[in-house]
This record gives sequence, C-alpha cells and structure tokens, in this order.
Amino acid sequence: MYITLSDRPATSRRTPDGRRRRVPPIVITLGFVSLVTDISSESVAAILPLYLTASLGLSAISYGFIDALYQGVSALVRIGGGWAADRGGHPKWVAFLGYGLSAVARFFLLFSTGLAAISAVISADRIGKGVRTAPRDAMISAAAPADSVGYAFGVHRALDTAGAAIGPVIAFVVLWWIPDGYLTVMVISLGFAVLGVALLGLLVPDRPSAAPKPDRPAVRWRDVASPGMVRLLVVAGALGLLTVGDGFIYLALLDRGGFAAHWFPLLYVGTNIAYLSLAIPIGRLADRVGRAKVLIWGHGALLASYAAVAFSWNIAASTVIALLLLGTFYAATDGVIAALAGRLVPPSVRASGIASAQTVVALARMASSAGFGVLWFLFGPQVALLLVAGALLVALPFALSAVRRLDLRSGAAA
Amino acid sequence: MNQRGRIALFLTVVFVVVGGVTAYVVNSANSYERKHDRPPSVPIDDAEVTTGPRIVFRHTGVDESYGLVATVPLDDPGGPRAFTDVACDRVDATSAEASCLRTERGVVTKFSLTEYDADWQPVDKVALPGIPSRTRLSTDGTLVSSTVFVSGHTYMQVGFSTATEIRDVGGSSHGNLEKFDLVLHGKSASPRDRNVWGVTFADDDNTFYATVGTGGETYLVRGDLAARTLTSIADHVECPSLSPDGKRIGFKQATQRDGQTWWTPAVLDLATGERTVLEGETRNVDDQVEWLDDDTLLYGLARDDQPGVTDVWELDTRTDAKPQLLIEQAWSPAVVR
Repeated sequence: MYITLSDRPATSRRTPDGRRRRVPPIVITLGFVSLVTDISSESVAAILPLYLTASLGLSAISYGFIDALYQGVSALVRIGGGWAADRGGHPKWVAFLGYGLSAVARFFLLFSTGLAAISAVISADRIGKGVRTAPRDAMISAAAPADSVGYAFGVHRALDTAGAAIGPVIAFVVLWWIPDGYLTVMVISLGFAVLGVALLGLLVPDRPSAAPKPDRPAVRWRDVASPGMVRLLVVAGALGLLTVGDGFIYLALLDRGGFAAHWFPLLYVGTNIAYLSLAIPIGRLADRVGRAKVLIWGHGALLASYAAVAFSWNIAASTVIALLLLGTFYAATDGVIAALAGRLVPPSVRASGIASAQTVVALARMASSAGFGVLWFLFGPQVALLLVAGALLVALPFALSAVRRLDLRSGAAA
Repeated sequence: MNQRGRIALFLTVVFVVVGGVTAYVVNSANSYERKHDRPPSVPIDDAEVTTGPRIVFRHTGVDESYGLVATVPLDDPGGPRAFTDVACDRVDATSAEASCLRTERGVVTKFSLTEYDADWQPVDKVALPGIPSRTRLSTDGTLVSSTVFVSGHTYMQVGFSTATEIRDVGGSSHGNLEKFDLVLHGKSASPRDRNVWGVTFADDDNTFYATVGTGGETYLVRGDLAARTLTSIADHVECPSLSPDGKRIGFKQATQRDGQTWWTPAVLDLATGERTVLEGETRNVDDQVEWLDDDTLLYGLARDDQPGVTDVWELDTRTDAKPQLLIEQAWSPAVVR
C-alpha cells in the first residue's frame, strides 16, 4: 500500500505488477485513529480485572457484572449512530462525538474508585464505541473505489487490530515496571484517546456523504431494506446464531488443560495477530472473488476452528490452529460485512445500512452465546462445539447459495 | 483553519500529550521506586522465620518488602515480623508446607500456584488460568485448593468465570469443581451459570465446603471429593471457612447498600443451622475469613486512603464485639497452630 497526500477520493489505479491498488488516505488516517483508540481501550481493558481485584479489593463476581456491561451496551446505540450520520450528512462529526465521549470517559476513569462509578464510566465508553462505528465505516465505504472496498476495510481493520494487540502489551509492560501503576496505565490510555480524537478532528476531512444538508431527505428505512440488504441481514443473522465466539473456544481449550491453561491469558493475542496479518490479503481476496462468498467461507474457518478444538489430538497444535482459524474468521467477516453492506444500499443511507448489519450480527452472537452456555453445561464443551459445528455445516451451503447474487449487486468483481 | 494550520495544531496536541504522559509515567516510576526503596515502618524480626505456632501472611507495607510473605508468633501477633523471600498474592500455610498464589508480571502477565515446604523451598508449581483469589490447604497438608478469577479478556465477547480446583499437594488435580455433580435443595441441578469459589477443608481429606453461585444466589455446599459431588446445605453463604473444631462456618454475608454488594462477616453453626451476623463490623469485608481460634475470626481490610495497603483485623464471634486491629500492613492471614 502507499499513501497519497491528495485530498481527492483516490481512484483505482494499477501499478506495473497489476496488483497494487491505492488505499484512500482517509482510510489510512481513520485506521490510525482506530489504532490509537484501540490501544487506549484495550490497555485499560487488559488491566481492569487486576485493578478491580488487586487494588480496589472488589471480588471476582462484581467484575462479571462490569464485563457484561462493558461488552453489551454498544450494539444498541449503533443504529442511532448510523442514522444520525445519514440524517445529518456529516458522518465525521458523529464519529467524532463517539470518539470524544470515550475520551471523556477515560478522563473520569482516573477519578472513579467505586464499582458503580467505574461501571458508569465504562458504559459511557462503550456508548461512544457504538456511536462511532457505523459512521466511520460509512466514511471508509464512501472513500474507497468500488472495486477495492474490501481492501480498504482490510487495511483499516489491520490497523485497528494492531492497536488492540499493542494496548495490552503496553499495559503489562507498565505494570511490570511500576507494579502499582494502574493509574499510570489509565493516564497513558487517556493520552492515546486524546490523540485519536485530535487526529480525527483535525486531519480527517469532513466530506459530506451525499447531497448538501438543505436537500437531505429523512432517512428512509425502506431504502435501507433493499432486497439485497434484507437477504444479507437474514443470512448474517442466521450465521451469527451459530457463532459462539472465541470466549467459549478459549474456555474449551482451557478445559483440556496443559498448554492452553498456561497461555490462557494470551489466547486472544494470538487471535488478534492472526486477524491483523490476514485482514488485508483476505480483504483483497474478497474484492476479487466476491465479498459475500468470502463472508460465508469465513464461517467455514470458524467451523474448522470448532472442529480443531473438539477433535483435539494435541493440545498445543489445536490451540495454535484454532487461533489461526479464528483470526481468519474475523478477517473474513468483520471488515468484509461492512464493505458488503455499505454497497448494498444507496449512499444516502450507507451508515444506517452498515449499522443494521453490524447490529444484527452482534445481537445474534449475544443470543448464540446464551444458547451455547446451555449446551455447554448440558453436554460439555466438546459435544456442544460439535453440535454447533454440525449446524454450521448444514447452514453453509444454503448461505452460499442465498448470497450468490449479492456479489454482483454490491459491485465487486465476480 | 487551513490544512497547514490543522497539521500544526495536531502536532502541538501530539507534543503536549506525549510530553505530559511521559512526564507522568517517569514521575510515577520514580515515586514507586522511592516508596519501595525504604525499610518497613513496622518492627522487624531479623531472626529466622519462626517454626512454632504462628500467623503467616502477606506483608502489604509500601516498602522494600511489599508483597513478601512474613510471619509473627501466634502469642505476639502485633510484635516484630520475620520475612521470607517469597512473594504471594494469597498464601495459606500448615506446619509442614505453604501454598502461594502469585501474579507473575511481565510482557505476558501469568498466574501460578506454588507449593512450598517448611523451609520455603518450592516443591511444585502449576500455571493458573486467572487472577488469584483464594487458596486453602487441608489441615494435614495433603490437599490444596485454589480459586482464580478467569477474566478471559476476549475479543468481542463476554467471558467470565471463576475456576476453583482441588489438587493433591505435589500431585495431580481433581479438576474444576464446576464439573462435580451439584445438588441444590435436594435436587440435582446443572445450571449453566454456576461458579464455585472459596474452598475450606474438613479434617478427613475428603469433605470440604465451598460456595456455589448461580442465578444471582449463593449456596453453601458440602463437597465430597471421592464421590465428586457438591450438596447445598445452606443459602446465602459466601467464602466459607471451617472453624478449627469443625463445628462452625465463618463466611461473608452479602447485603445491598447504596446499590452495591456489601459483605459482613457471619458465622453459621453447622449442627443447629443458627446464623449470627457479626454486625459489630460495619465495614465491607470481602475476604475468606480465617479462624484465630474457635471463637475469633481474622480477615483483611484495605485502607481507604492508601491503595494496596491492608490490615488484618480480629473479630470475636461470641458477643457484639468490635473488630480489633491484629496485624497492620498485612493480608491473607493463615494461622499455623
């Protein structure tokens, strides 16, 4: 990839090797905004359990409540963020509001000691995340040339995930150096959050997403619910119901003991590294062979990771393979679905379209986790994983045939 | 503002943020070193660690010995303490050995359980999947339990649980107690959200007690290691601790205060089911209590004004007694009789 300094939307251009394409500079900048913001949030997230238990003396059970809050809040405000971005025509400033809210939350975290205060601050942070995601993805979608939207999202997600991998490392190095340095980590986190907000506010051009404001019609959900979009929502929602998520995969690996127990605190790092290394190649692959197809095949990687855990013959080998496959799954789904959704709806409702797809997936996965918890305790991790893998195996061919035409509609090269 | 002006402003922000954060980090590192470079403010016994009846605990004074295991004689708990060179987050000890849960800091933060012999030489060490919470040895030192908090920092996903297991000291694990058969109120149950924590052992090396949490309720269960069962015998009991005579359970009882869980020490008579909440203690006690003798509880409390510093308090269970400070700058007390 190379960066242009031009402020115009980049056009697709091939270099002599015929492969490289430009990524619009705004995508790179947004990628770095996400990178520093993820360093900010993941550094605190990594030390929060230790901080609550070791320093504030709260017990484990209280933390479970916070964690659920932390993860659950953002899905619901996402639609609102998408709608506001489309309605106002200034996705940048909606995203700015979201990033700004999270940065303010980090500031108040410095002064929060009780569980209630910390929960409130963390909810505010997650609301910020919910608000900013869809407008930002709509900006990426709008800036990228039609034949390399997947590539642009791949670049963005690789930078984003790099931040998620760096954050915990920074946090743990600080704690290694300054054993009681929880507040120090929070100050560093606030610093990165401020950098993200400044980068977005000052260096990302506010390119109105479509028509100038006076002419803007209300967001019509009928536009969002285009036939292709509905099809995508149904398929993504159904597959989301069969996605148990990596938390359970890690616990299933932990259940087998040995290698996994030793490295348990680090399993998510392995997944992130696989994800960030694969995001760009898989995004480009999606542009070439079809984004919907790659989205479905990504769930094939998820299926394979269930199998790797359930049929584990060697715990070290299946841990590594499972993490690699999980990274592949995220690389083939997280950015790709946004790339796909943004092009299935008219530009005037792009952020709402992306937000709808992401919300459906998030809600389906939450429901799936609840359901999988039941299976886990009824049948144990191994059988539970095999049951879900079986269901996924049955669902995948239907999903593939259901989305076959979406790739043509969304404008990707077939 | 034109593009050049915005870039200049951005660089200014970067300069201010990086400069400010760096200054803060360097300052807090220096202040940490200054605070942890001085000798303890409490009296020290330079002699060997005592081998008689004693209390073993984690020293929490902010000084060069922060986090190290120390001991005081049982007959002079407020007196000079002797230090080992072993650092633990949670510790339990018998006359023959000790168990130690530890957070191993590094680029990769890991957690471990180490078993020590009477001379504080490591005997066995296993990795733990999460943040140390509780550990207990059986009286004769053949069994050790650990409760950790599996934070399962996960990507896009909730992942929370406690992991409690019992091991043969120097041997293998009996597995996560969540896998034991659970009987609640006489009925076999397998709720998906169950968590088990806070083990305490009876003297027969088979019976133990623990807390099972599910559906927002907590239960006191009696465990049978050989049969791999957990059977509820009382409700609303957390972090049990069996008295030396085996007749009573000391625990923390949860109530709500200002929308937060508030724990008060309490005692349950196993024969009669009589429950006494020790309201002489008005502070929030989030600890697995230890018995000083058959009538007195010990527990740690964090100081409000000094993060990381804790004290061990004693509380008589017979009257409306007020708590008394027993060992200052201490945590995780274990009484070796």
